[in-house]
Amino acid sequence: MSTTPAKPKLATVWLDGCSGCHMSLLDLDERLLILAEKVEVVYSPAVDPKEFPEGVDITLIEGAVSSEEDRHKAQLIRARSRLVVSLGDCAVTANVPGMRNYFEKDELFQRAYVENADAPAAGEARRARLPVLGVPALCPRATPVHEVIPVDLFVPGCPPSAEAIWLVLTELLAGRMPQVAELTRFGA
Amino acid sequence: MKAVSATAASLTLNIDGQDLSCRAGETILEVARENGIAIPTLCWLEGLSLWGGCRLCLVEIAGSPKLHAACATVCTEGLHVTTNSPRLTHYRRMIVEMLLSERNHVCSVCVSNGHCELQSLAQKLGVDHVSLPYRFPKLTVDNSHDLFRMDHNRCILCTRCVRVCAEVEGAHTKDVKGRGILAAIIQDLDQPWGDSKTCTNCGKCVNICPTGALTHRGTAVGEMVKKQEFLPYLTLMRGCGK
Repeated sequence: MSTTPAKPKLATVWLDGCSGCHMSLLDLDERLLILAEKVEVVYSPAVDPKEFPEGVDITLIEGAVSSEEDRHKAQLIRARSRLVVSLGDCAVTANVPGMRNYFEKDELFQRAYVENADAPAAGEARRARLPVLGVPALCPRATPVHEVIPVDLFVPGCPPSAEAIWLVLTELLAGRMPQVAELTRFGA
Repeated sequence: MKAVSATAASLTLNIDGQDLSCRAGETILEVARENGIAIPTLCWLEGLSLWGGCRLCLVEIAGSPKLHAACATVCTEGLHVTTNSPRLTHYRRMIVEMLLSERNHVCSVCVSNGHCELQSLAQKLGVDHVSLPYRFPKLTVDNSHDLFRMDHNRCILCTRCVRVCAEVEGAHTKDVKGRGILAAIIQDLDQPWGDSKTCTNCGKCVNICPTGALTHRGTAVGEMVKKQEFLPYLTLMRGCGK
């Protein structure tokens, strides 16, 4: 058993986004090694655990809240994290996932699964149907994370640069609230 | 500090602790700009008529409980103006948040990303999120004009386009219909832009627009149409006989 003090626990979560913010996180390149020394990554698309653990110090959330599963995850994350960071425009503004919000859910399903479905082969019944099994219910709207849970820090950008993410992580780990306005903006 | 002239037409006032002089009839915004004091604006532009709609240039005047639009307030003798305070920053941020939540300003997929006054103002004011719920209205894009496009999703109704069209180009193709959140920029009698008989295709509205609402066509993916009418005349153009 090690007697060194426990490292801060870091989680990163991918909700309704393109994973670009996680790609930007990977753009930390060799600084990832420094990060790995400073924190324990307890939950992330990049590590194995499937259940969001208790007692997380910092959670970075990428993506908007679009499905009931996202909503449930967000609430669990809030309950189990000391600091929640909205990382990137989808988490901060709903961004591109929010562009479906101009339409009713039924219109979306009709367009995606019926109108755009492959034409049936001759003599075959139309195959288009809505997915219902094994998929979480879609929320009526994709919303920014802070419309669902309280958020401690906002990092806009599509995606925020590795520099901005590095500043966020190093400042938070040093116990300070980072000032990110000069390093990133909506659409950056 | 400027020397105060003794002529009757000059006034003295104080902006942000600086004693300044100005000519009678000048606005607070004009005097501030002449003296290098930055006050944010979106609807105001030198050379166009006054609109006073965006409210970003609100300032505090000592002795008045109200905030005053610097663009629309003519200086008076002894005025004591504050252009920056926590209260003003609070309201300016709120205005930007309201603009961002009212329509669909999705910066990441905007042709003006990185060249937008609303986007850079949000960054400058430290607006890192919008605390109001987004409205996500369903709005149209007028793609009927051969050269230009109007994307109502990104319009902040500053009316710079209306004013430059009427006051500088003299066409008055554009105007505003409706009220409140239903207000919208129109062409002529609310016709598609491409059907307008008055538009001169000058493009001033496109270049004066602070956001991505008015844009040149041909700027989105796959839109570049080559102008190849000259290709059959290459030989002639080179001056070769045959």
